[in-house]
Amino acid sequence: MSTNAVPAVEGWFTTDAEPHLLGTRCASCATVFFPRASGFCRNPECRGREFDEIELARTGTVWSYTDAQYQPPPPYIPPADTHQPFALAAVELAAEQVVILGQVAKGYGVDDLAVGSTVELVVEPLYELDGVEHLIYRWKPVASGAAS
Amino acid sequence: MTAPEAVAVLGVGMHEWGKWGRPFHEYGIDAALAALDDAGIGWGDVQFVAGGETVRNGYPGYVAASTLSQALGWNGARVATCYAACASGVTALDAARSRILAGLCDVALVVGADTTPKGFLAPVAGERWDDPDWLRFRLLGATNPTYFALYARRRMDLYGATDADFAKVKVKNAKHGLHNPNARYRKEVTEEEVLASPMVADPLRLLEICATSDGAAAVVLTSMAYAKQHGVGAPVRVRAVSTVTPRFPNTVIEMPNFSTDSAAALAPPDLTFRDSIAAGAYEESGIGPDDLSLAEVYDLSTALELDWYENIGLCKPGEAERLLNDGDTTIGGRVPVNPSGGLACFGEAVPAQAIAQVCEVTWQLRGQAAGRQVEGAKAGITVNQGLFGHGSAVLLTS
Repeated sequence: MSTNAVPAVEGWFTTDAEPHLLGTRCASCATVFFPRASGFCRNPECRGREFDEIELARTGTVWSYTDAQYQPPPPYIPPADTHQPFALAAVELAAEQVVILGQVAKGYGVDDLAVGSTVELVVEPLYELDGVEHLIYRWKPVASGAAS
Repeated sequence: MTAPEAVAVLGVGMHEWGKWGRPFHEYGIDAALAALDDAGIGWGDVQFVAGGETVRNGYPGYVAASTLSQALGWNGARVATCYAACASGVTALDAARSRILAGLCDVALVVGADTTPKGFLAPVAGERWDDPDWLRFRLLGATNPTYFALYARRRMDLYGATDADFAKVKVKNAKHGLHNPNARYRKEVTEEEVLASPMVADPLRLLEICATSDGAAAVVLTSMAYAKQHGVGAPVRVRAVSTVTPRFPNTVIEMPNFSTDSAAALAPPDLTFRDSIAAGAYEESGIGPDDLSLAEVYDLSTALELDWYENIGLCKPGEAERLLNDGDTTIGGRVPVNPSGGLACFGEAVPAQAIAQVCEVTWQLRGQAAGRQVEGAKAGITVNQGLFGHGSAVLLTS
């Protein structure tokens, strides 16, 4: 990964070799939030105000998936002059009991996905702005049995 | 809680749906005047104006009820403008109904009108790093059809729904709306044409996703006593309005969110959010799904219409495709769905759409839905969902 690269959004994921999504967990009731919650716990039975930052599981199972055959409107920043369709997946994390939407890793499409199949988190370039690569988390299909 | 008193739908009116780019309030005036004429009352009789807010038309859109009142000529009426995304129109209707039931007024006008851009609905301009509706476009390129497609794929996986099933919803609705003078698209389509249209968000194709439209709808609501004095002894009646929000944890991913709530600490509620919308209206009115003659549901996509069959209790989860294929939801069937043609024939005019659903059910219950009449209609429900946790349902009876 180029050194001239920054996360497209601050504090949502790590950018190390085995990246993780960053969320928060309520110190009172243990409800998990991604993107991070702060201030007040959204569990209506909880009045927690303290949150611990946590790394979420790197692998999950596909809840559902689709793709974008047409270029989305701004504020989407196209990475190229001509639109390259990309896939998206909503992925369920077992321990956190949460479903998280993300793009699917470059080079993979809907034919590589199935509801219930395993994916893992990767970080890839999303767009370039003023010569700086901006990075985003993505879900990458894992060949069955090869989940890390 | 006993069922609340009914309020009367004394008048309904619409400006036809289309794409002209005129100021939104011009459509709104036409719809309002049509509803007032239908009710047989004058603008001067209106004591309260409730407007659905439109967010793409600058300040006049933020204060839609006042914009429309000024355009019609200030009459001193009190106003409220309501925003609940796609559910805005019914939130406005609920404000009007509540005011009537509280005895604070007898006559209220509810109006929703919009002018929409071409193509995908996009967030309003400006950088907003704390707004998930802005962030989902910037970080994921997740459009509205992205979310519709996730639900559609889920139906295929869980229930074995097919592309052909989804296409048949469009075919049915196109046929229903063929003679609806307010519909934007009045053309029959075949299953083959639907399946040959370009893929937008797999598995949904262009003809399966609703367009964005200009249009306006208006309703005159009055107390039952006022309707009687006015010589209308048996008006169509609003029996229940549901404007529920989700219960935590909502475990279905909803537009414009990046994630569901986590169920790690608290178990999910018995009813999903979408199930709870109509349930709220059934509970309030004591009228259930078996009593319905018809339903107007929010078919943002073909597949979503099938979800609604189950969400409003027309059948059990997984049975919607059978209901469709048996003809139960076609005019002439057991409980026709979207006799107006639905969003498939209209395209969405956000603040007007939920009010348009009420107009259609009113015409159906009066026996005035020429070319698309559900014979002997006695009870109907409208249902929709707006992003950021807004549901709406209205239960009407003759």
